[in-house]
Amino acid sequence: MAEIRIENVSKHFGKVIANQDINLTIADREFMVLLGPSGCGKTTLLRGIAGLDPVDSGSIWIGNRDVTYLPPRKRRIAMVFQSYAVFPHLTVFENIAFGLRMQRVAEEEIKKRVHAAAELLQITNLLQRYPAQVSGGQRQRVAVARALAVQAEVLLMDEPLSNLDALLRLEMRAELKRLLKEVQTTVVYVTHDQVEALSLGDRIAVMRDGKILQCDTPLKVYNDPATVFIGGFIGNPPVNFLSGKVIKDGSRRLIDIHGVIFEPSPAVQHSLFEGNHPEVKMGIRAENIQVSEQAIDHHLNGDVLVVEPLGSQNLLSVQVGNERMKINVHADIDINPGQRVWLSIPAEKIRWYEARSGELLPENS
Amino acid sequence: MSRNPLLIQHLLRFLTYIAAILVALWVLMPIYLIAVAAFSEMLAVYKFPRPFVPVNFTLDTLLFFLKSGGVMKSVQSSVVVALLTLLFSTLIGAPAGYAIARFVFRGRDAFRLVVVSTRAFPIVILSIPLAVMFIRWGMYDSIYSLALMHTALALPFTILITSSVFASVPRDLEEAAQTLGCSPLEAFIRISLPLALPGLAAATLFTFVLSWNEVFAAVILTVRNRTLPALVLTVLSESQLPYRFAGGFFMMVPSLIFMLFIRRYLFNLWGRVTK
Repeated sequence: MAEIRIENVSKHFGKVIANQDINLTIADREFMVLLGPSGCGKTTLLRGIAGLDPVDSGSIWIGNRDVTYLPPRKRRIAMVFQSYAVFPHLTVFENIAFGLRMQRVAEEEIKKRVHAAAELLQITNLLQRYPAQVSGGQRQRVAVARALAVQAEVLLMDEPLSNLDALLRLEMRAELKRLLKEVQTTVVYVTHDQVEALSLGDRIAVMRDGKILQCDTPLKVYNDPATVFIGGFIGNPPVNFLSGKVIKDGSRRLIDIHGVIFEPSPAVQHSLFEGNHPEVKMGIRAENIQVSEQAIDHHLNGDVLVVEPLGSQNLLSVQVGNERMKINVHADIDINPGQRVWLSIPAEKIRWYEARSGELLPENS
Repeated sequence: MSRNPLLIQHLLRFLTYIAAILVALWVLMPIYLIAVAAFSEMLAVYKFPRPFVPVNFTLDTLLFFLKSGGVMKSVQSSVVVALLTLLFSTLIGAPAGYAIARFVFRGRDAFRLVVVSTRAFPIVILSIPLAVMFIRWGMYDSIYSLALMHTALALPFTILITSSVFASVPRDLEEAAQTLGCSPLEAFIRISLPLALPGLAAATLFTFVLSWNEVFAAVILTVRNRTLPALVLTVLSESQLPYRFAGGFFMMVPSLIFMLFIRRYLFNLWGRVTK
């Protein structure tokens, strides 16, 4: 149970910069997800916290101890590896007991804690088996049990679900969430799967090119992505982005998107005025767009290219000008490819981004 | 003529098998004949055509060989040299193999190449200067010096085999052990070493066989303390046929048995993983 503070941490491998001046504070008992595409530095940061790849500069604090120069064994962490890293020559029992034996815990206590951890992960019946004799999903449970048994201050998880098949992953995700709430430990969880990040994290740190772009609650990251990249990475389908030209109208700024004029909310007007950007992007989520088959004046319209029935809803691909949008509609609405549709976009759901940097225009007055 | 691709395929496979069997026979026939002669009564080796099963199965021929002058002593020397070679080359080679397998360091590939290239100099060329050097240093005609020589010959193989063995132990396992309270050394002893043990055993067996069979350096570097191959080679031309067959068989058996055990690891060495 401890807070983790990462201060100005940088790390490079040869010429590749894996982490660039990262600052992040993870609260005690918080579930922090590091999310990003492969090569963004999320695993490097996790291994930096673990002490497996010492950082080049900056410092890492766990609780109130500076662990920057401590080896992994002195950091009071536990880690679950993507490959599970279960020891093949030891039984499941001995695997779970491994960390406790290293701490020279008394035999009685070891038995008690191994059984408690095994029970938590429902693998009590496998304790006498060898890893080769259990399934991949069970091996994963062994790895988690082994990490929990040592009751570390911090639990680090490196894509623990990515080697499971889809169904098992879904099941294990929910179970992990229950489990980790129960043990009340600080968790740092690395994944490239945005659904996993949204469903598990108390907060999500979205990373790219060795930097943290945004660190917020899942809802905030989903609704207010800080950059075009994040909007395009999180959510399925990702945020739609439409290019618009800024039109000056006195002190007011209007946006022209494919001939349709939008007036940004007063909260954004200030940044538009100050920034003096020639072009912006409108971000809007697929589920926030209403589709009409009747023509509506001064509304974006486009031709439906594809209709994908997804059960509860249909996913439309709509060609608007030279851009393509993804729109979710209710499954009952009967729309066919080739049809022209008009789009109502509620002003409060729109997020405006600067076109060149891709950054969200701040909403203040 | 109808061109049946299936037929052609079968024919090709048939021919491949024929070729494989011929090659195998070419290697195995002499070995088999030696074994037959070694277990036949002594006069049977002069028979022609060669008998294909032992004539009056007996151990007399082998015993005759073992009791001949100097044989037991040279067997003893051979075993001592082979064991010392095994010990030295493992102590030196295994850590080097581990380093190549685990660490990415500047010049790693060059190092691998240098290790292999030491075998590019034939022992024939090296042996005279070595003999001179050993004489100068007062190390000549000693089985310990010979063990050093064999260690030098075996090291490249030991290093390469052990590096492939250690590379097959996932690095994750050591790292997991470290997060669970092990120092790097403890992680190695508790995790990597037990997992690598079968492969390491194979590497050491290989070294043993290499030393057991090595004849050239043994002949050059020793006079009175001959190892078995050196002894057999020097007295071969003056000895009787039964002696030669028994000697051949006696020297062959350990190699055959060991090769059977370590075949898998030799394949691994060349990048082919067999289960």
